[in-house]
Amino acid sequence: MITNMEKQAQAYEIMANNKDLNLKATELRLGLPGSESPEREVVVHGSAIKILVAGAKRGFSDAINGGYGVGLVKNGGQETDVLVTPKPALLEKKTQVSDKLNGQSSSPAPKQQVVGWPPIRSFRKNTMAVSHTKNEEKDDPKIGSGCLYVKVSMDGAPYLRKVDLEIYSCYLDLSSALEKMFSCFTIGQYGSHEVRTRDGLSETRLMDLLHGSEYVLTYEDKDGDWMLVGDVPWDMFIASCKRLRIMKSSDAIGLAPRAREKSRNCTEPNNE
Amino acid sequence: MALSFPEEVLEHVFSFITSHTDRNTVSLVCKSWYEIERWCRRRVFIGNCYAVSPGIMIRRFPEVRCVELKGKPHFADFNLVPDGWGGYFYPWVCEMSRAYPWLEEIRLKRMVVSDEGLELVSKAFKNFKVLVLSSCEGFSTDGLAAIAANCRNLRELDLRESEVEDLSGHWLSHFPDSCTSLQSLNMSCLSSEVSFSALQRLIARSPNLKTLRLNRAVPLEKLSTLLHRAPQLVELGTGAYSAEARPDVCSNLAEAFSRCKELKGLSGFWDVVPFYLPAIYSVCSRLTSLNLSYATIQSPDVTKIVTQCPNLQSLSVLDYIEDTGLNALSLSCKDLRELRVFPSDPFVADANVSLTEQGLVAVSEGCYKLQSVLYFCRQMSNSALTTIAKNRPNLNCFRLCILEPRAPDYLTLEPLDNGFGAIVENCKQLQRLSLSGLLTDRVFEYIGKRAKKLEMLSIAFAGDSDLGLHHVLSGCDSLRKLEIRDCPFGDKALLANVSKLETMRSLWMSSCSVSLGACKRLSQKMPRLNVEVIDEQGDLDSRPDSSPVEKLYVYRTVAGPRLDMPSFIRNMAQNPTYMR
Repeated sequence: MITNMEKQAQAYEIMANNKDLNLKATELRLGLPGSESPEREVVVHGSAIKILVAGAKRGFSDAINGGYGVGLVKNGGQETDVLVTPKPALLEKKTQVSDKLNGQSSSPAPKQQVVGWPPIRSFRKNTMAVSHTKNEEKDDPKIGSGCLYVKVSMDGAPYLRKVDLEIYSCYLDLSSALEKMFSCFTIGQYGSHEVRTRDGLSETRLMDLLHGSEYVLTYEDKDGDWMLVGDVPWDMFIASCKRLRIMKSSDAIGLAPRAREKSRNCTEPNNE
Repeated sequence: MALSFPEEVLEHVFSFITSHTDRNTVSLVCKSWYEIERWCRRRVFIGNCYAVSPGIMIRRFPEVRCVELKGKPHFADFNLVPDGWGGYFYPWVCEMSRAYPWLEEIRLKRMVVSDEGLELVSKAFKNFKVLVLSSCEGFSTDGLAAIAANCRNLRELDLRESEVEDLSGHWLSHFPDSCTSLQSLNMSCLSSEVSFSALQRLIARSPNLKTLRLNRAVPLEKLSTLLHRAPQLVELGTGAYSAEARPDVCSNLAEAFSRCKELKGLSGFWDVVPFYLPAIYSVCSRLTSLNLSYATIQSPDVTKIVTQCPNLQSLSVLDYIEDTGLNALSLSCKDLRELRVFPSDPFVADANVSLTEQGLVAVSEGCYKLQSVLYFCRQMSNSALTTIAKNRPNLNCFRLCILEPRAPDYLTLEPLDNGFGAIVENCKQLQRLSLSGLLTDRVFEYIGKRAKKLEMLSIAFAGDSDLGLHHVLSGCDSLRKLEIRDCPFGDKALLANVSKLETMRSLWMSSCSVSLGACKRLSQKMPRLNVEVIDEQGDLDSRPDSSPVEKLYVYRTVAGPRLDMPSFIRNMAQNPTYMR
């Protein structure tokens, strides 16, 4: 019987050999949430790029990153926005800030949407996004042509958060951002004192929680169904995601097969 | 020593003084004036809900009828303030429900309002009349249902741009048949469809209805029915302005519009189908206010409308109007006071709309009364800004947003320091300014020297060093609100101007170079400021003092540190000091 790890290795091999991004885009991932491999090789535009996933990242980011570490290219390929390092947004920001502290102005960041710029209210952004879809129904919605604010709830957290899916280009980005956003909740649950003494490293608290894969990331799609995040290509995901929910794994058990069922119906058959 | 005037006389005199600042000044004259004034103050405005507590307000002003509160910092509009920040209405309504049984009006901006809060409003205040929720959130249509059902004398329900959890349109049907007092209803931010017959009947039994802003779900074909029942309307917001092109529907609509002899303001216009635009032509000549900023119609159609509005004072429009449309505007609308141009496609690098700095220059030339500008564009030059400044020294609000951060003068590739410098030099009454484009410390030198009436300044991606911030804090005498993002401003300027911060309402700095240690020192030096560090990375307690803070919000307060901060916000006065 083939193990999950071997299945995943097979899948990656296929991906590495297959230079056609489109086929890759519809290929079903086999890895279950919680499984991981320390290094992944992904083909982007013909050249293999190693994605180093820090050993500490388990469960959560794997669940939504089961193979889709490929970033998307924006602006017709003028600039490659492939983010190949874990937590790229955070790294970039730190560089900018330290540059500023040294009195140097930072070099222009790669073309990424900046949070809150241009200064347009969400109401207007959301309204215009709907208008654009109505007016240009034949075209695919441009990446970054609007904004996609979705609510994110976490079981047990006292309030909701909102994220703009447009500013992320892959599941990695989204998972980093969510980890940062919700780590403050898990601090409350576990007590910062406890976590600090456990290993002394500055791992995020959420990661500790997720060593046990207690939480998974799910989303509600346009049909109102709740699915596991990570099963479909990023583009398809942001086009159909209406809201996100970080739910306890125990509650999510029923989701996995349904998600695969649904994907099976809309994409090419899985090669099992 | 007896008073020169009896109290009643003074009170009567004070009743003519309505502006908040004037009343505040009156209260400072002497102790007896303070006492008299506080007992007869009926309207209270609190620009920062955390600057004071409900208890303090109630203790000082026992007979208030109208309360206006503002919560979150302005940058919350652009998602820079994380959810859970605060600005809760409930603590206020709890105490007011006990202290002000005769409260009539509540106006809130950027506050978190709950259904429980709305229900309490609807039940605690027997004579409640006006509810304005501007950019608020946290409530659902259930809360609205309570307001509709219980406020017997409701005059105004205005939800402008609030984020409402829209469970259904059923709330509108909760207005009882006996409710005939409605003068203003703004439900444009809601998405659910309300019962059309309920809406129709509500409008029909509200003879004093002057303002009606419908939501997108109200179909165009039914608009004429509503207008027939409310020909006295002064301001109308349409629903979706699209339907199958049918001449009979269009002429019905045109006829209904023509009956509205009092109509002065139009808005709405979502999903516009140009076929139906002529229906409004008959009212254009009377319009003073027009909001087409959701109308995705092209330049010729927009131009055709605005050129028929010679009395227009306020125009909001998308950049589809283009330079040609703005030029036409400058020739036709000589009474224009306010212009706001929004981007149709803000996230693409190259627009296919021909809107440049020239459009704004043209308007500045032709519209002599122009005072307030909000303009999104993709290119700007120092010469254009200088021309605008010289044309319109009467500007009091100038907000320019060049879409690309740090974009230079597109002609000379220089910074736009001189252009904005010209603005602050010529427009001596400038109260509000938003900067954009490539800017060095020099522009702040100009602002500090010249912008003496400036009350609100917004800065993004600008400046070279702390000197920039120092110029502003040390120079702008009237500054009340300063909001900064992504600028290399840090500790030196902040700590050199600590007392300035107590003369202002608030300071926001995000993605700048302010260190944690500086925030602590600021807090130590100025005990009447709340120095709040917002940082979602966690572990604020274990970070070194040299580490930069993500976001900083500083405001003066007499209420001390607030008690409702989420875990990612810390008040530096409460920060335990670690030996590092």
